[in-house]
Amino acid sequence: MEESQDNLLNEVTGGVYKYGFITDIDTEIIPKGLNEDVVRLISAKKNEPEFMLEFRLKAYRHWQTMKMPEWAHLTIPEINYQDIIFYAAPKQKAGPLSLDEVDPELLRTFDKLGIPLEEQKLLSGVAVDAVMDSISVKTTFRETLAEQGIIFCSMSEAIREYPELIKKYLGTVVPYTDNYFASLNSAVFSDGSFCYIPKGVRCPMELSTYFRINAANTGQFERTLLVADDDSYVSYLEGCTAPMRDENQLHAAVVEILALENAEVKYSTVQNWYPGDKNGKGGIYNFVTKRGICKGDNSKISWTQVETGSAITWKYPSCILRGNNTTGEFYSVAVTNNYQQADTGTKMIHIGKNSRSTIISKGISAGHGQNSFRSLVKVLKSAGNVRNFTQCDSMLMGDKCGAHTFPYIEVENQSAVIEHEATTSKIGEDQIFYCNQRGIDTENAVGLIINGYAREVLNKLPMEFAVEAQKLLQISLEGSVG
Amino acid sequence: MLQIKDLHVSIDGKEILKGINLEVKAGEVHAIMGPNGSGKSTLAAALAGRDIFEITNGSVSFLSENLLEMSPEDRARKGLFLGFQYPVEIPGVSIVNFMKTAINEHRKFKGLDPISASDFLKLMREKKDLVGLTSSLTNRSVNEGFSGGEKKKNEIFQMAMLQPTLAILDETDSGLDIDALRIVAQGVNKLRRNDNATIVITHYQRLLEHIVPDFVHVLYKGKIVKSSGRELALELEEKGYDWIKEDNE
Repeated sequence: MEESQDNLLNEVTGGVYKYGFITDIDTEIIPKGLNEDVVRLISAKKNEPEFMLEFRLKAYRHWQTMKMPEWAHLTIPEINYQDIIFYAAPKQKAGPLSLDEVDPELLRTFDKLGIPLEEQKLLSGVAVDAVMDSISVKTTFRETLAEQGIIFCSMSEAIREYPELIKKYLGTVVPYTDNYFASLNSAVFSDGSFCYIPKGVRCPMELSTYFRINAANTGQFERTLLVADDDSYVSYLEGCTAPMRDENQLHAAVVEILALENAEVKYSTVQNWYPGDKNGKGGIYNFVTKRGICKGDNSKISWTQVETGSAITWKYPSCILRGNNTTGEFYSVAVTNNYQQADTGTKMIHIGKNSRSTIISKGISAGHGQNSFRSLVKVLKSAGNVRNFTQCDSMLMGDKCGAHTFPYIEVENQSAVIEHEATTSKIGEDQIFYCNQRGIDTENAVGLIINGYAREVLNKLPMEFAVEAQKLLQISLEGSVG
Repeated sequence: MLQIKDLHVSIDGKEILKGINLEVKAGEVHAIMGPNGSGKSTLAAALAGRDIFEITNGSVSFLSENLLEMSPEDRARKGLFLGFQYPVEIPGVSIVNFMKTAINEHRKFKGLDPISASDFLKLMREKKDLVGLTSSLTNRSVNEGFSGGEKKKNEIFQMAMLQPTLAILDETDSGLDIDALRIVAQGVNKLRRNDNATIVITHYQRLLEHIVPDFVHVLYKGKIVKSSGRELALELEEKGYDWIKEDNE
């Protein structure tokens, strides 16, 4: 019985990473290592205004005073920052480019990833900013969006074209002093997306950024800033992949969201960085700071994440519920298979009155994977009538993986109602047999059961991506029944 | 249709079935009765291919093929259906989605295209009515939060949807009140045709008032110790299992 389970386990966990190819393209690379000159060089390459360089240098100097945090339930090999290339850009003219100015090899790469950059080929209703290594390659549907006053472009362009907006908002949700990796990002970030939705505008399409790491020995440090002005709405999606390489690569991003009065932002992530091979060799370190602030009254921020990739995932997409009657949501599915590790969850900081938050987390561990859920629900004195509901479920496949939960609750106002539910389950052999007996083979049975388990979260994804995410879950767990 | 010859089955090295012989022909209904622990459910699970049961001896042919060499899913796709005594819950998977997946797997096996949405809905409606399953139930997750009776109805509903050649119903009557029992039995009777067959496993005779068997077998200590017509069930009801036990000690 044990043996047959093990065999099944090996079969189902043997899925192959489909996006592991390398694009052979002429890339401009700066020398390895990090010092003040490198920070200046990155800023100069991007023709940034002076204030940006100062921001970076302050961040860099602050970072040098910091130490790598060690509190996470993760085993992280030491990272040598002098061994990382901090800027690698496929050679092309400075953007924005028309499509025929983009290197056809780059177009083919994104085509292969299922992200065609020709507007007519794209899913209608989705605008894409495609980022390869350190720069944005192309942003689609800019003109269409501009008609409604929506700004959607690469961060580099935003810094040049809209310095006032950047000055006003960059670093206000995640300050450059926030944490070790946010400081590092603030010093060396190279690109990412910027989005501004003006007052009263409901963004007519999904906005999306696709991140691709291609160059070897390179870190990717992207920065995304999303501002939803009063009474606006936007749904935003990010996706990411990387080639299969034996070395680990660092991805340290910062995402900041501001929702002003009555604004609503939905931010979804389908994270599929290269997870490393079956023995845990290679893979991306995904150390990301994501935070949104519901600044205005009645605003809402909703995070949805499907985390299947990366060797190590370490992030807590969070909401600061500053306005009254604000809503923060966090829906997460995190898969760790083989030797993957994840320490992920969220923080909900209630400052405004009548603010409410919902946290739904579904962890799935297989192989030797270690999956930790960590959350903080904090209710300040000022926040009356706060409601929070937290549900964290863990599913184990096989007997070599682990699931851990670290929920923190800090309440300073007596009127708060906080609920916390947690379950741990195993995919039952009897569930699989039941499916088998109805003619469904084991692989599909696992897919069915896992997708059922994660349904509450998958339902929150924009429809176009929910199907992709379902398939991804099944593939990333191929072979892991127990 | 089904020939079981000298079937021996063990679990964790302990022999449960000690040489079963049984032949089931198209159009027949067989009842297998016996006291608790006699091996009734083991027989059902072993035929369906549950791998915790080890076949140590004997052979089973189903539609002239070696059943024991087939995977559980292929047995199902060939037309063997097991109505579970304890149907499991599959949270988050709706009955609609579950049945659609199952039917399409059956169709793929037969080289057919996936069922169209409208045909599927039509089939669902028709079979739901057959067992008196409400739409509020079929929109829920498989067996999640179902009462005992609802779970059993759901088994018969799935059987109706998949239209098996051979249905094995393991203690389908246990935990049912008299109304639910009647509905389940009516469902089974309506699905009876001369080209399919049913094996009803039961502890009590009362189900057999509604589903009339052609043959009744008594399983005791891993062996079929008595086979006869319908009247055997009545005799068991009257005398209990003790006389069988005594005869076979």
